[in-house]
Amino acid sequence: MENIRTPKVEHVRLIDRTNPRRCSVGTLYLSSTHSIFVENTEARRETWVLHSLVSSVERPPVSPSGNPLVIRCKNFQVFQLLIPQEKDCLDVQASLSRLSRPERYGELSCFSFNPNLNKEARDEAWSFIDLRGDYVRMGIPSNLWYITAANSEYRVCDTYPSDLYVPKSATPSVIVGSAKFRSRGRFPVLSYYHRDNSASICRSSQPLSGFSARSTEDEQMIQAIMKSNPASEFMYVVDTRPKLNAMANRAAGKGYENEDHYTNIKLQFIGIENIHVMRNSQQKIIDVGQVRSPSMGDFLWGLENSGWLKHIKAVMDAGVFIARAVAEEGISVLVHCSDGWDRTAQACSVASILLDPYYRTLKGFMVLIEKDWVAFGHKFSHRYGHLDSDPKEISPVMDQFLECVWQLMEQFPCAFEFNERFLLQLHTYVYSCQYGNFLANSQKERRDLRIQERTHSVWPHLWKDQAEYSNPLYRADHSQTQGVLRPVTTPYCFKFWKAMYNRLDQASAARQSPADCLSAVREETQQLEEELSTHQEVPRGTVHSPTRQENSFSQGEEDGGGAKEDDQSQ
Amino acid sequence: MEFAELIKTPRVDGVVLHRPFLPLVEGTLCLTGHHLILSSRQDNTEELWLLHADIDFIEKRFVGSSGTIIVKCKDLRIIQLDIPGMEECLNIASSIEALSTLDSVSLMYPFFYRPMFEVIEDGWNLFLPEESFKDLESMTDEWRLSEVNRDFSICPSYPPLVVVPKDTDDDTLLKVASFRHGGRFPVLSYYHKKNGMVMMRAGQPLIGPNGRRCKEDEKLINATLRAGKRGYIIDTRATAVAQQAKARGGGFEQEANYPQWRRIHKTIERYSVLQDSLIKLVEACNDQSHSMDRWLSKLEASNWLSHIKEILTTACLAAQCIDREGATVLVHGTEGTDSTLQVTSLAQILLDPSCRTIRGFQALVEREWLQAGHPFQHRCAQSAYSSGKLHGEAPIFLLFLDCTWQILRQFPCSFEFNENFLVLLFEHAYATQFGTFLGNSAAERSATLKLPQKTVSLWSWVNRPQEMEGFVNPLYEPNSLVIWPSVAPQSLQLWEGVFLRWNRSSKCLDEAYEEMVHIIEYNKELQKKVNSLRRQLAQLETEEI
Repeated sequence: MENIRTPKVEHVRLIDRTNPRRCSVGTLYLSSTHSIFVENTEARRETWVLHSLVSSVERPPVSPSGNPLVIRCKNFQVFQLLIPQEKDCLDVQASLSRLSRPERYGELSCFSFNPNLNKEARDEAWSFIDLRGDYVRMGIPSNLWYITAANSEYRVCDTYPSDLYVPKSATPSVIVGSAKFRSRGRFPVLSYYHRDNSASICRSSQPLSGFSARSTEDEQMIQAIMKSNPASEFMYVVDTRPKLNAMANRAAGKGYENEDHYTNIKLQFIGIENIHVMRNSQQKIIDVGQVRSPSMGDFLWGLENSGWLKHIKAVMDAGVFIARAVAEEGISVLVHCSDGWDRTAQACSVASILLDPYYRTLKGFMVLIEKDWVAFGHKFSHRYGHLDSDPKEISPVMDQFLECVWQLMEQFPCAFEFNERFLLQLHTYVYSCQYGNFLANSQKERRDLRIQERTHSVWPHLWKDQAEYSNPLYRADHSQTQGVLRPVTTPYCFKFWKAMYNRLDQASAARQSPADCLSAVREETQQLEEELSTHQEVPRGTVHSPTRQENSFSQGEEDGGGAKEDDQSQ
Repeated sequence: MEFAELIKTPRVDGVVLHRPFLPLVEGTLCLTGHHLILSSRQDNTEELWLLHADIDFIEKRFVGSSGTIIVKCKDLRIIQLDIPGMEECLNIASSIEALSTLDSVSLMYPFFYRPMFEVIEDGWNLFLPEESFKDLESMTDEWRLSEVNRDFSICPSYPPLVVVPKDTDDDTLLKVASFRHGGRFPVLSYYHKKNGMVMMRAGQPLIGPNGRRCKEDEKLINATLRAGKRGYIIDTRATAVAQQAKARGGGFEQEANYPQWRRIHKTIERYSVLQDSLIKLVEACNDQSHSMDRWLSKLEASNWLSHIKEILTTACLAAQCIDREGATVLVHGTEGTDSTLQVTSLAQILLDPSCRTIRGFQALVEREWLQAGHPFQHRCAQSAYSSGKLHGEAPIFLLFLDCTWQILRQFPCSFEFNENFLVLLFEHAYATQFGTFLGNSAAERSATLKLPQKTVSLWSWVNRPQEMEGFVNPLYEPNSLVIWPSVAPQSLQLWEGVFLRWNRSSKCLDEAYEEMVHIIEYNKELQKKVNSLRRQLAQLETEEI
């Protein structure tokens, strides 16, 4: 609370971003977790902004109408305020700047957030996603793959999860040897297993090969992975970096696999740029989305100049390459970049989405994020700036993955159980720290922070609102839902994600969304189905026997009531 | 028949056809007077029937003794024919070239086409000006139907009947006609029932370099103003362009002479610029080897979406003046047959819910495009693959359809028709078996070509229930409000249904559409069942009592 210099400012104006001439007058409150704007109207409409979502607080030059304050959020929302007194404006800015940049995890809102769950319910919520269960679903452990205890207590690799799946023939000494030969000990482990043909996707970090170094254990590990796909004679190693970057790493004693040392591998570079390039690119596309009344030329030039869609395409291309290798060629793939927690996570998860319909369901998508991102040590707190730390660590890695999924939804409107709103909500949660799932940078860090005891899990919360997040066009038995997705990645297939980068325009127009209309229709259909089943309880033929009418009518009513209750309890 | 002379080789065997998304077909190629036909003579493979009129451009390639003809169609499809034999290939190519560029309209297919269906409702009689005037009369008595142009002598591009202010007599109209480009004196385009405001359209005033004025013209348009109210003149040209027009005898309304009007200039490009834009856009869409940067830069360089934005913005402006400002609007550009019609017709889609129904949209096309004298024959003679010297070809109507699609996309529940209907109109404007889009004006259509007697109307076919089914938007809920689309660049998209139609499969999108139809139909079916059961129940209850 000591950071709040002024808890309440009156006569503040919240300017309508779509029409700067319009604004609403109200009171601004600063709490320990939120800024809250309450309109001075009958309706007392409230606008809540989490401090942890605030990315910057700017103070443009004073205007005759007051002291402007612009709050930009990490989910690209922008709030523009006019504060009567300069002192208040300065105080609010200083308070928000401090509050939005917590220095310790303990300051984050997930540690104070209390959704009124008892301990049991909280624990149950944390076990909502069962990663071992997902491997079982894929048919693992099997006679080819097993779960190794090598990393229990994070002994071999502190950024990996404790449960790791490796080929049967990978002995502990191979694991340890391979880990020593990989950046940060991130040795090759199983990410996805394609049950249909035994091909797999494994992931790791770059090998410490430099110009000539080699490791017998690492070579054995790769060999073991290839052998775990008995029908294949070689495997791909996908280095998701541009080849030039990978080569430059050799000078630092890192790099990529030497094809002469590893038997039967084919090396493939994809060319996804590094986190710094992506950060700058996203800033440009945010700017494009926030220009007021740009010309079409400005907009398209800005889009091109940002390079954003080019990067999205690169991530998608990586996923497509891997999925094709696995599904069509039946060849296993090892994916890595430098550390194996950014581009590798993107490439593996996009490929998994393409390969496995399960990951395109609501629950499956949660599992995928929990597996390829959370468990495998994607550095959420660094990348999304949860704490006040090195700005050079921040990068929209997850944003790009979510956008790839959105681009896929545009091409395959029936293939996903969830909708765009779900992606946007998830994006907000990744940044906002209301829940503990995306906190810190590895499983070990989260364990040390006792996240599961001190915070709540976001997944059951999202699951509860699944009606809100469901795609009305999804049908589990639809042909588009089944099997492998084969997206087209010609440049014209990639679109500007308006709902993400242009929230401004969206809020203004109460335009119609076909998906929302359809959802409403489906909801109504469901009610009709219920009513129909109630009515149909009326035995046929009763119309002709007046004596039984009353009876069957009331019976129908009762059954209907019963059916409704059943429904609610589900 | 004349055609026989043009067909040097009427048939070739062993021709291989490549089409987008379809497997190769090998078969016999036949040329008839109007069609290029390829048939494998097997029951299960689809035949190709291509109207010569649909062919925009052909390219020949030779490898050894066999040749290839690349046929680029006006609907933007590209097909390839591999023809054995150099001579056959050359003959076929030159025949196609000749047949696809016939000068005489009366040799076009619509004059030979006999419908395979029974015409229940003749499209030629569906949208008569007398009928729509009756509707107007029921709302206001300030307008009259003038026959001053009955023999097309005053304004060759106007229909015989036009709606003008009641107090303006035909003599005045004669004088005004001589002051307006092409004789296009101001006529009523739209009456806004909600507030009684109107939109008129005309050709540019011929003020010339010396600032000529015409009292009758001023009087005519002033007659449409409410007492003490100002009107808006929307000139679709940039100020500089309008200024330059004075040197050529044209120009714009001078403030001094029209003090009750506020003139606003917008910048909708002229047809040659638009044609160039279409060519560039389609070129960009057809090159799949582009990198992302190159694609975006080509898309930008084509300027197509800029044109869309400008046209929509101008239409929104016109609609805003009428609905929000409660003002009368006069729209014109130079001739008043292109950008003017884009603006007046789109403004009506925004303002008038009936234009968003299938019949209403047909009526709009009939009224604001065909009757209003948009020169379809000239504008649609060539499409995106045209090369060489152009003779007034331009995608004016396609831009209108594209703008309509943009609005439809933003208001997916407010239109009774779907995207397929717009694509259909695009196709038929360029090549067709129907007479609707032939000719350049009402005069040509009825007096010279006698289309209503000699050809079948597109509407006669479209409005049959079995055809209509495919064009109905399942999401449609009548929306009586004025709709305001966003014209921000982020809200405007490339019309994939036309421009990427032959470049990427639409299978998944089609499936989604079917799924949507299915969901809605199932809902309706259940509603019906439930309602009938409810009625039965109610009946039983009353019988009880």
